[in-house]
Amino acid sequence: MIRLAGLVSITLITACSATTEVSDVPELAAEDIVSASVFLNSETRALQEDTFANPGYLWVDRGEALFSQPPAAGPACITCHEKGLRGVAATYPAYDENIGQVLNLEGRINQCRVTQQSEPAWTFESDELLSITAYVANQSLGEPISVDVNGPARAVYEVGRDYFQTRRGQFNLSCQQCHTENWGKRLRGDTLSQGHGNGFPAYRLEWESLGSLHRRLRDCDTGVRAEPLPYGDPLYVALELYLAERSKGISIETPGIRR
Amino acid sequence: MNRVAILAALILSACGAQDAPLISSRMISGDAIVEPLTKTTGDAIRGEKLFVSREEGHCILCHKVDGLEAEFQGDVGPDLSFVGDRFNAGQLRLRIADYQLVRPGALMPSYFRTHDLHQVGKAYVGETVLTAQQVEDIVAYLADRKTSDDDA
Ligand code: HEC
Ligand code: HEC
Ligand code: HEC
Repeated sequence: MIRLAGLVSITLITACSATTEVSDVPELAAEDIVSASVFLNSETRALQEDTFANPGYLWVDRGEALFSQPPAAGPACITCHEKGLRGVAATYPAYDENIGQVLNLEGRINQCRVTQQSEPAWTFESDELLSITAYVANQSLGEPISVDVNGPARAVYEVGRDYFQTRRGQFNLSCQQCHTENWGKRLRGDTLSQGHGNGFPAYRLEWESLGSLHRRLRDCDTGVRAEPLPYGDPLYVALELYLAERSKGISIETPGIRR
Repeated sequence: MNRVAILAALILSACGAQDAPLISSRMISGDAIVEPLTKTTGDAIRGEKLFVSREEGHCILCHKVDGLEAEFQGDVGPDLSFVGDRFNAGQLRLRIADYQLVRPGALMPSYFRTHDLHQVGKAYVGETVLTAQQVEDIVAYLADRKTSDDDA
């Protein structure tokens, strides 16, 4: 019976996944890689760079406070991370040996929250998780993204790449078609960027709030009338790892300002 | 049921492959669907509205038409200001209904298709983006986009 179940699931996977010839698929040329912020108008870009006016810093500041506040049950983050976490966000998502899984920054923070602080994990898009993630990511401001996809994370990276290249939704479009093959062109009022994650969590004017990368990914999936995945879904984490490897060379801008 | 039948049933339900193509090979000749999809002739005025409207066709997301009153027209797809010079109604019909039958790798979405799609949002499963009548309306609108009509 187990054999049959295994067979069924393998057959389902082969029957349902689009057969993309990975080798034919164009990739971004290293010299072309640019952050979405280059497509912002000069005012919005100036707002992003102004640490007083950029509304994302409201979350960064709250994150900083949370970082040094001891929760009810355990020690404060700062107790164990005295020197802060500079440079760490630029290496995420990363494989965590203790649990044998690839975690994104939110997942890694929640891991400490549960195992080191004996507190319940923060929920996705909660003000707390957004704030602390923005604070930790902001400590890597200007650091070039550099993730490891050659070790145990390789298989996850490949799953993310498949997700990126697969057409989906009623509009039958892939991330690849918009962000690798048509960046720089106009989609109505937007200029298509290359779809990097380096500004997230980012303040989107449309959201009137800070939001996670997964929220942006859900918006893109919804935009092609595909069923978005739940926040924190392992497939989105895999996609995030692919995006990070694909953005090699550009640096963290959190908190980015986006339209 | 034997195992093969169970498998087949599972695969069908998992992939949504039960939908047969709405545009069958019999309907296509060359690179065109010559016969209209509906009995009611397309209405170019309704077609223009659909072409612009965010809730319906929203073709200006990717295409531009000179003289159309709409802010921020996209340029991911070709300029359609004179598309009627390049294609007749039948060719436009196929390109709007399912461009991927013209060129499988095309980015242009298929507006009259329900088969072989993945991860379709729950609200849209089994639905086409446009109704057959809406496709006809847009065909009528685009077939009129000709150089000679421009000075009207
Ligand atoms: C009781 C000690 C302790 C507390 C409290 C704690 N951590 Fe950690 N944290 C650790 C240890 C140990 C590691 C693993 C270090 C390593 O792998 O090099 C770690 C790793 C991390 C990492 C990944 C670092 C890397 O280089 O990959 C992040 C991010 C992190 N913690 C954030 C936090 C945040 C945010 C909080 C508060 C919500 C917190 N931690 C609370 C002990 C703690
Ligand atoms: C129909 C085209 C389209 C598709 C398909 C699409 N996106 Fe996007 N995406 C956009 C637009 C438009 C924006 C907002 C402007 C911009 O940054 O490109 C955007 C923004 C983004 C951003 C934010 C970039 C930033 O720095 O603000 C990321 C990341 C992203 N997309 C990733 C993806 C991924 C991953 C997929 C596939 C799951 C995907 N997109 C599918 C159109 C698309
Ligand atoms: C997401 C972007 C996108 C949207 C939305 C879109 N198109 Fe297209 N369209 C394209 C692209 C790209 C092509 C070029 C086809 C190819 O890939 O070879 C195209 C081609 C066409 C052509 C053929 C033009 C030529 O010169 O070859 C027609 C006609 C057309 N589209 C009509 C429409 C209509 C009508 C709508 C709205 C119902 C629409 N398109 C919506 C992207 C789009």
